[in-house]
Amino acid sequence: MPVLDKSPSTTDEELLKRFKAAPEEKAPEDVSELDNEEIKRLRQTGIDLDAADRLGTFIQTNCNVSSCQCDIKGVEMLPVTEALKKYDGLKDYWWKILDPDKDVFTKEADRNLDNGYFIRARAGEKVVYPLQTCLYIRNNNVAQKVHNIVVAEEGSELHIITGCTTHPHLTSGLHIGVSEFYVKKGAKLVFTMVHNWAEDVYVRPRTAIVVEEGGTFLSNYVSLKGVKSVQSFPTCTLKGRNAIARFNSVIVAPEGSDIDTGSRIILEAPETRAEIISRTISYGGRVVARGHLIGKAKDIKAHLECQGLMLTEKGIIHAIPELEAHVADVDMSHEAAVGRIAKEEIEYLMARGLEEEEATSTIVRGFLNVKIDGLPKELDEELQKAVEECRHGM
Amino acid sequence: MLHIEDLWVDVQGKEVLKGINMDIGIGETHCLFGKNGSGKTTLLMTIMGFDGYEVKHGKIIFKGEDITYMPLNERAKLGLGLSFQRPPTLRGVKLRDMLNLCSQTPGAGVELAIQYGFEMFLDREVNHGFSGGEIKKSELLQLMAQNPDLTLLDEPESGVDIENLNVIGDMIRKLLEKDKHRNRTKSGLIITHTGFILNYVTADKGHVMLNGKLCCQGNPIDIFEGIQKHGYEECVKCQF
Repeated sequence: MPVLDKSPSTTDEELLKRFKAAPEEKAPEDVSELDNEEIKRLRQTGIDLDAADRLGTFIQTNCNVSSCQCDIKGVEMLPVTEALKKYDGLKDYWWKILDPDKDVFTKEADRNLDNGYFIRARAGEKVVYPLQTCLYIRNNNVAQKVHNIVVAEEGSELHIITGCTTHPHLTSGLHIGVSEFYVKKGAKLVFTMVHNWAEDVYVRPRTAIVVEEGGTFLSNYVSLKGVKSVQSFPTCTLKGRNAIARFNSVIVAPEGSDIDTGSRIILEAPETRAEIISRTISYGGRVVARGHLIGKAKDIKAHLECQGLMLTEKGIIHAIPELEAHVADVDMSHEAAVGRIAKEEIEYLMARGLEEEEATSTIVRGFLNVKIDGLPKELDEELQKAVEECRHGM
Repeated sequence: MLHIEDLWVDVQGKEVLKGINMDIGIGETHCLFGKNGSGKTTLLMTIMGFDGYEVKHGKIIFKGEDITYMPLNERAKLGLGLSFQRPPTLRGVKLRDMLNLCSQTPGAGVELAIQYGFEMFLDREVNHGFSGGEIKKSELLQLMAQNPDLTLLDEPESGVDIENLNVIGDMIRKLLEKDKHRNRTKSGLIITHTGFILNYVTADKGHVMLNGKLCCQGNPIDIFEGIQKHGYEECVKCQF
């Protein structure tokens, strides 16, 4: 694990002390207690409470699970604290691919857990529509600590949309999210995460994934709004032959945001494939876009693509693509490019009659173009708004 | 349609065009021949109004308006259109969106793409992984959607295989209203190296550019044959 840069002038320990434990604030027991403004906020984060095409919903507000229902027999969804009781401490999955002593945040999640979700698709169960999970901080200065376990049993297929957000009027908080995902033989897990935080929110996800033979893990990460500091580096291990992992991320960093993110894929078995694609935009914020591919077996194929767009003179994009081969028979590549919008692209569109602003928006929109199935239209609108904000920030 | 008067243009501080005079009438198609680096593309880019092509002297009149210092997009709106020789790739922007952005009449571009069997490219990113011929088709479709009065074509046949030359030729004929023999309103200026395009599109006049100057004007077929036989320098000598 590389040493991740700390958020400026605050140590991890100080950060923990700054926020209060989630149980200190009263939070709704049921999702019906959320007001319209909050429901809209969830929608903007990819969570749609009315959608017919979501097969299950889990919402954790501060420390309370305010919704946990799933309509499919073959999929089990539980608050993780219940799953721990029901399944004898989830001994095959609990802290199995992450170390609780890794850093102060994992330690804190281990000692003072609020809750989290446990989702398991039974063998052969193929879920057509997504399930949604939401980790929602409702009160100022709350530290929310969750630990999630997802298991896609042999031959199953599962799509989870996770929206992480804060109350529309909240400015400050801390989110610690430990996630361990297990993709068994021939299974497929699509995990789409939308971050919609506030200006003084610190976010510390700690994620590990294991993919067995013939399994597929696809991750989409979207963060379009300002946030004080994000520091995440999910690590995926491809353990079985023919396993596949792909990470897509789209990150916009306005002024004041410090986002250190990326992913690592360890290709341990022969004929595994991995891809990391990240698109980052800074209009004043700092983004560290990491990518680390480790090839440990022969006949693997891995590619990394890091694209960064600087829209202002302020801000930093630091792309760190890394390729690490341990055997000779590997096909590993990367491309990284950081810079402003190419003038020739703007002029190309202007030669078709577009105003300069229109041309710029078209290019930024194209750059951020992510096709993720099953996201509500509100998120599309958020994307449009982000494009406009980028343009105004220029 | 287009009147260029004693046009001197610098690119990156270097004098490239040295006193160009040119007149293209309504409904006329002109061809521009010349060696690599003689200034042909510079002339097209200057007419269209790209940044970096600095007019030092002279003027460009289009449809009666002095456009010498007019912004690029306003020229496009006024009826100028350019097919790029090597257009940039627009990541994430689909050809469908691009055609809609260009279309004077909503949906016209997409309809044209279907008509020319380019349907499967509509949801691809503009120019991303396109072959030479596909790029030209995409450029011409955009122009047809835009429907300019004066079309500037920079080597429309380069990178196109023989089979596709037919289609490209057909598209250019449509753009320039070659099916009309009277009251044609569309004009064109075509840069060509190989002259292949002359087999598909008739031109009214040819020009030869040498070291930033137009040295010869006349029947495009005669000029092209002269260049083929004697080379650019000799061709220029023989005419004057």
